[in-house]
Amino acid sequence: MKQLLKTTAVVSVCASIAAPSFAEGMVTELGAGEGELNIVAWPGYIERGETVGDFDWVTKFEETTGCMVKVKTANTSDEMVALMNEGGFDLVTASGDASLRMVAGKRVQPINTALIPSWDTIDDRLKEAPWHFVDGTHYGTPYMWGPNILMYNTEVFGDAPPKSWSVVFEEQNLPDGETNSGRVQAYDGPIHIADAALYLMTHKPELGIVSPYELNADQYTAALDLLREQRKLVSRYWHDAFIQIDDFKNEGMAASGSWPFQRNLLQGDGAPIASVIPEEGVTGWADTTMMHVDSSNPNCAYMWMEHTLSSNLMSDLSVWFGANPAVPAACTDGRGMQTAKGCTKNGFDDFEKVSFWTTPVTRCESQDECVPYYRWVSDYIGVIGGR
Amino acid sequence: MSETATVSSRISDSFWRRPTILLLLLVTPPLLWLGIVYLGSLFALLAQSFFSIDEFTGLVRYEFTLKTYAELFRASNFDILVRTIVMASAVTIASAIIAFPIAYYAARYAKGRWKAVFYLGIMLPLWSSYLVKVYSWKLILAKEGILNWLFETLHLSWILQAYLAIPVVGGNSLSVSWTGTFLVFVYVWLPFMILPVQAALERVPPSMLEASGDLGASSSQTLRHVILPLALPGIIAGSIFTFSLTMGDYIIPQIVGTSARMIGQAVYQFQGTAGNIPLAAAFAVVPIFVMGIYLTLAKRAGAFDAL
Repeated sequence: MKQLLKTTAVVSVCASIAAPSFAEGMVTELGAGEGELNIVAWPGYIERGETVGDFDWVTKFEETTGCMVKVKTANTSDEMVALMNEGGFDLVTASGDASLRMVAGKRVQPINTALIPSWDTIDDRLKEAPWHFVDGTHYGTPYMWGPNILMYNTEVFGDAPPKSWSVVFEEQNLPDGETNSGRVQAYDGPIHIADAALYLMTHKPELGIVSPYELNADQYTAALDLLREQRKLVSRYWHDAFIQIDDFKNEGMAASGSWPFQRNLLQGDGAPIASVIPEEGVTGWADTTMMHVDSSNPNCAYMWMEHTLSSNLMSDLSVWFGANPAVPAACTDGRGMQTAKGCTKNGFDDFEKVSFWTTPVTRCESQDECVPYYRWVSDYIGVIGGR
Repeated sequence: MSETATVSSRISDSFWRRPTILLLLLVTPPLLWLGIVYLGSLFALLAQSFFSIDEFTGLVRYEFTLKTYAELFRASNFDILVRTIVMASAVTIASAIIAFPIAYYAARYAKGRWKAVFYLGIMLPLWSSYLVKVYSWKLILAKEGILNWLFETLHLSWILQAYLAIPVVGGNSLSVSWTGTFLVFVYVWLPFMILPVQAALERVPPSMLEASGDLGASSSQTLRHVILPLALPGIIAGSIFTFSLTMGDYIIPQIVGTSARMIGQAVYQFQGTAGNIPLAAAFAVVPIFVMGIYLTLAKRAGAFDAL
């Protein structure tokens, strides 16, 4: 057994010496495309007109560059991290709660912005965002972002849309005279603890929360206590966007944290649904196209990153997904279907009110020690289980 | 030509002289598959449960410890175990009660074309997608779903409301209650109970039933003392399916129910989201352990005597 271990160690050391290592530096010049590109992406992020004919931002790329795009969809950030750890992919559309994990785990390589001609068109608010810009190095190209909005049923709320997240956190009678108990939902993911912390930032300033993702033991306990109260109001937590849509149609839901994606689909169906950004602000997600450290198609990968910034992609995707483009011009210059009005509806002007998802870590910036993410997971399971 | 013939005949000769070599050659590949690919990967996972996660950094510490198992007994985790085992037992018992008459009819009375219809009726749900079935049940049980509509039309809503007001099993609507999860589990796993029970009942010789009748047993006595004991292996076989399938499932409780976790979901979430593989592995050991106890008890009860 020991011998076997030794042999494996020797083999793996040899392999790591032999493999071309991009980890040290970044790509400095581009050649011809390799003919292939493998992307890990959220469902609905990379469309080639197969779902709905008008939504296609892949075919033209393949025609001009010869890079054939293969997409592997992942449903959670954790799945994305796992797939990138396995390897064999060139790019990933990572959210802020996955991107830093991959940077820390050395799964992604630095990006040479000089090789992306349209880099300057990126939203200034995103160019050096902390979820991909680490220690002065760019680890990706901003892709899309969106707020987690408060969605509500207009038949319940009438002319008085909710102003505060309190409708989903504290028991109260809604404008239609009935209690909110059993008629509100919350996100079925540990990251929802941050929504509770965000609410406490306004309503219990004495706790001194600076960032909803950086909580010390006391702040964390207060957030969990709030969530335990919420558990009494929530019949089912939402996990899958389509299940939430169904719940708003068939379970008589009145209000819930949600994404513009669900709101747009429900409104498209003629459901009495609207949304607000409450006074406490919102949490949100921002995704970045990141490149695998051992990417075997670096030229195609860079071409794709340029394509995301300069083509119809951002504009059409923001219509398709109810999100906001990383290139502001995509809202207005008519390269795709999106318009300035549409971007405003998706929350483009509310960037300042959004606290973007990041992974909670023990060594946090704002204080000595924070509760790490794996505790968030196990404790949120406890809260949902009624503990 | 002659040389190859001699070589091959020599090989076949030696096989004939030492049959164990041939046996070994034939049995080794499947044994390797079972031993390395199947059990090996399982043990690799289970071995993880003896490691622990570092409280400070959140990284896995590769030292032998029982700390992770102790964590299973923390209130919120223990809830998950109890919840899952109670649900699995309830689903198994309900499935057995529903399955027995169906299987009995299919085995004893259905003939010719009707028998085929019965088989088809039992198997048909298995052919459609599991997810489609679960989603359609979500719609059936929803607050504005067909079942609620039926109760309303019959002016019986008060019965449903009274039932939903019961704590634990009730809830805001059937689709967000434990009752809903239970119903969907029973529906989805029922064929796995019916088929083995039917197979067991078909093997009960009619002469035994006649003998029992001739000896003066009433039909209920025949059922209790002749048919049930002879059908027991089938029921046990079916219950192994329904019990273990319910214990490991992580899709149904996510779509229908109160969102409170069951073991499958906990494993999925701990290994995926939290990176807490030791705890996920410890959770995965529980169903194996419970099934071990269950099979031992079943063996003591004589369930496998007829095999």
